[in-house]
Amino acid sequence: MSDPVVGVLALQGDVREHLVALAATGAVARPVRRAQELDGIDGLVLPGGESTTISKLAVLFGVLDPLRARVRAGLPVYGTCAGMILLADKILDPRSGQETVGGIDMIVRRNAFGRQNESFEAAVAVRGVPGEPVEGVFIRAPWVESVGGAVEVLAEHDGHIVAVRQGDVLATSFHPELTGDHRVHALFVDMVRARAKADAL
Amino acid sequence: MSSTPFDNQAPETGTARVKRGMAEQLKGGVIMDVVTPEQAKIAEDAGAVAVMALERVPADIRKDGGVARMSDPDMIEGIIAAVSIPVMAKSRIGHFVEAQVLQSLGVDYIDESEVLTPADEVNHSDKWSFTTPFVCGATNLGEALRRIAEGAAMIRSKGEAGTGNVVEAVRHLRQIKNEIARLRGFDNHELYAAAKELRAPYELVKEVAGLGRLPVVLFSAGGVATPADAALMRQLGAEGVFVGSGIFKSGDPAKRAAAIVKATTFYDDPKIIADASRDLGEAMVGINCDTLPETERYANRGW
Repeated sequence: MSDPVVGVLALQGDVREHLVALAATGAVARPVRRAQELDGIDGLVLPGGESTTISKLAVLFGVLDPLRARVRAGLPVYGTCAGMILLADKILDPRSGQETVGGIDMIVRRNAFGRQNESFEAAVAVRGVPGEPVEGVFIRAPWVESVGGAVEVLAEHDGHIVAVRQGDVLATSFHPELTGDHRVHALFVDMVRARAKADAL
Repeated sequence: MSSTPFDNQAPETGTARVKRGMAEQLKGGVIMDVVTPEQAKIAEDAGAVAVMALERVPADIRKDGGVARMSDPDMIEGIIAAVSIPVMAKSRIGHFVEAQVLQSLGVDYIDESEVLTPADEVNHSDKWSFTTPFVCGATNLGEALRRIAEGAAMIRSKGEAGTGNVVEAVRHLRQIKNEIARLRGFDNHELYAAAKELRAPYELVKEVAGLGRLPVVLFSAGGVATPADAALMRQLGAEGVFVGSGIFKSGDPAKRAAAIVKATTFYDDPKIIADASRDLGEAMVGINCDTLPETERYANRGW
């Protein structure tokens, strides 16, 4: 099978770091800003950034609805931090009019770990990522308040859920793209590969 | 302790990665100067990635004259309470106590800014000693690297705030970009001399030569008044844009703010920039920088 094409939603946020991490895991990584750029991708990353800004721009430029449709149709997606918020079916404390893509049956709390002064690094053991715990970089990070039955909890920090997976949709509160350790991206690209293989059958 | 099977260690706050990583999250976005909670909400609704809380926008600081200082804590707290996006605030250059106060108020980023009246003519604040990250202005690569050596986790051009004239920000970004391109062609022997010439630590100079960019995020600041200005700065290599007086000194702030956000995201799409530029009402009037006396140039503040 040829290398999977994985897009990074490039409306705002740490897009470059995700492109680098994806390329390092053998995917063909490309930025996605327009609805038509969703065509031809096998997977998508929703980067860290400001969730309110990203969702506003996604609505404004007509990306949100096509993206929702693709996720519902089974497109593998991975969201970090703001991206996790966008993948939540429900936000606990949304700004008025803040919309999400959805895809994971969970409720997230934005900025749950506090403001920038409380942002931190901690080792996090992630189910499905072999070897040492990953270096978790949490920046004004959300956590997951609660999950539905179909959601697998992959990691917790201090008693709070910080990594989840439902089907081919993956989300982390922290930013593996800032660490140079590409194991979480490798897990996601494996999900993308498996999905593409299943679709090809 | 949780009874989960997850093996976690004690968290560490205020690391370089957490400080610089915060700025990485702002990339591709617009940071707007605001003076009231109402303006902060307008900025957030328009899609700003952060707001800069201050008492007077630079255009008014220029007009009013006198000593410009850190803003009133009540005013900063009012803005923090009004929005969920990050809130930045300015300290005077070298005024590390203003910075300590801002940190205690819980601002997300401190701008050690030449827009305020410098408190120290020799030294900038030691930014490593803070948990809160700092952004600093620079007119050239040496200045940017000196600020990073002092702990700045983000760099912006100095522009010429409060003029509505983008010419100085263009100069600073081109200068930084050209100096980085020049380093790329240097071998190890030459990098030592370059460090001396740039008056910056050799290790940082070497890192920049290898990366082909600063090791921290680079934004544009100063003089952006239109969507096209914002897109110009991004095409010149800025990873995002600060807009000061340009929004709330214009005819229709909410509309102009949203338009600048759109043009910053689609900075390479002239059609979208054209659409964003339509029917925005009056832009701020602006000042020609070559008529500004040297003593009134903010870019000359800081060293």
